[in-house]
Amino acid sequence: MTVELLLILLTAVLINNPVLYYFLGLCPYLGVSNKVDMAFGMGMAVTFVMTVAASMTWAINNLVIFYLSTSSIAIDLGFLRYIIFIFVIAGTVQLVEMFLRKFFPHLYDRFGIFLPLITTNCAILGCCLWIDVKGFNLVAGEQGVAVSWKFAQALLFGIGNGLGFTLAICLMAGIRERLRFSDVPRDFRGVAITLIVAAILAMAFMGFSGIGG
Amino acid sequence: MADKSSEPSSLVRFINGILPENPVLRLVLGICPTLAVTASMEGAITMGLAATFVLFCSNFFVSLLKRFLQPHLRILVFTIIIATFVTIVDMFLKAFMYDMSRTLGPYIPLIIVNCIIIARAEACASKSRLLPSLADALGMGLGFTLALCILASVREILADGTWLNIPVMWEGFTTWTIMKLAPGAFLAFGLVVGANNFIRRKLEERKS
Repeated sequence: MTVELLLILLTAVLINNPVLYYFLGLCPYLGVSNKVDMAFGMGMAVTFVMTVAASMTWAINNLVIFYLSTSSIAIDLGFLRYIIFIFVIAGTVQLVEMFLRKFFPHLYDRFGIFLPLITTNCAILGCCLWIDVKGFNLVAGEQGVAVSWKFAQALLFGIGNGLGFTLAICLMAGIRERLRFSDVPRDFRGVAITLIVAAILAMAFMGFSGIGG
Repeated sequence: MADKSSEPSSLVRFINGILPENPVLRLVLGICPTLAVTASMEGAITMGLAATFVLFCSNFFVSLLKRFLQPHLRILVFTIIIATFVTIVDMFLKAFMYDMSRTLGPYIPLIIVNCIIIARAEACASKSRLLPSLADALGMGLGFTLALCILASVREILADGTWLNIPVMWEGFTTWTIMKLAPGAFLAFGLVVGANNFIRRKLEERKS
């Protein structure tokens, strides 16, 4: 059981890395990856929001929407899912913003516009959506699966995705700090060279794909 | 509200979105779906049209509601409007194009957080009249679709030797599997952005 949870975490961080495998969260990935300390702060903020959002959307999805659709009332609120997801994420981001402004005003100033933009970070909504694809949601007619076990999987998946994002953005920031002193062809400066570096990173991460089996 | 003389006309807005201010190639917005769905032309066209529809509808409603928007709540309002239309698109694809909906998977709901749509609602629709914002939506949407198609052409031709499932390469062409995977997406997009910069620079040099 522990091994399985560890595997979910490792898979999310290294093999199916949200940035380098699923192309999620590319806007902050290209925008905030100039300095390692900022990249790390961004990664931590995203990890926190993602963990909270993943567990809350899982709870709403399974304990409310799924329950209502299988109970005797049989109301299917599935069509509201995306709107609810985005609400939960926006609320969590608001919380993080208030917390940072109060306790880390220095970091808050440096994030600027990128902090509220975490709401529209596809990595977070993507994480909530992929929970369903990965099969961490309750399924009608499935027997003998504890609710808490499914929740633990979803939670670990959220943490893993956040850490994977942090790892990818910190690696990129480290490379870009060096890149500033190298002689890049004029037309490829900025976004283009960053994307090509990301391609090489993604290729390196493909090497991990054997671990999960 | 901006007065009419300082506002670019609808036609200018429409043309602007397609090439001069192409959302993907020039402004580098909304690149998550750009990379994810461009492994094949079919996926790229479907995603492009879906995003255009959502952009058109959201610009329509944001432009109508612009008087009632509160500054601190506007992003939330934009997101709810967008999420509504994305739900419609998602249901439409599930009902009528099931295979495509399976291929694109969660990338369709991810249109909600596509920066292009929120950026246009914020920068254009919440400030201009109805007609220019609709023209802007169509231009930006088509520009997005065009950029997706360019990228998908490069990737599909190199990865499978086909274009829209029609074989285009010679007999015995060695397919580049890497172009179908994540690294190929980043590489192809990086090269396309670089090439676009190069072409623009050459054009500007010729002009001056």
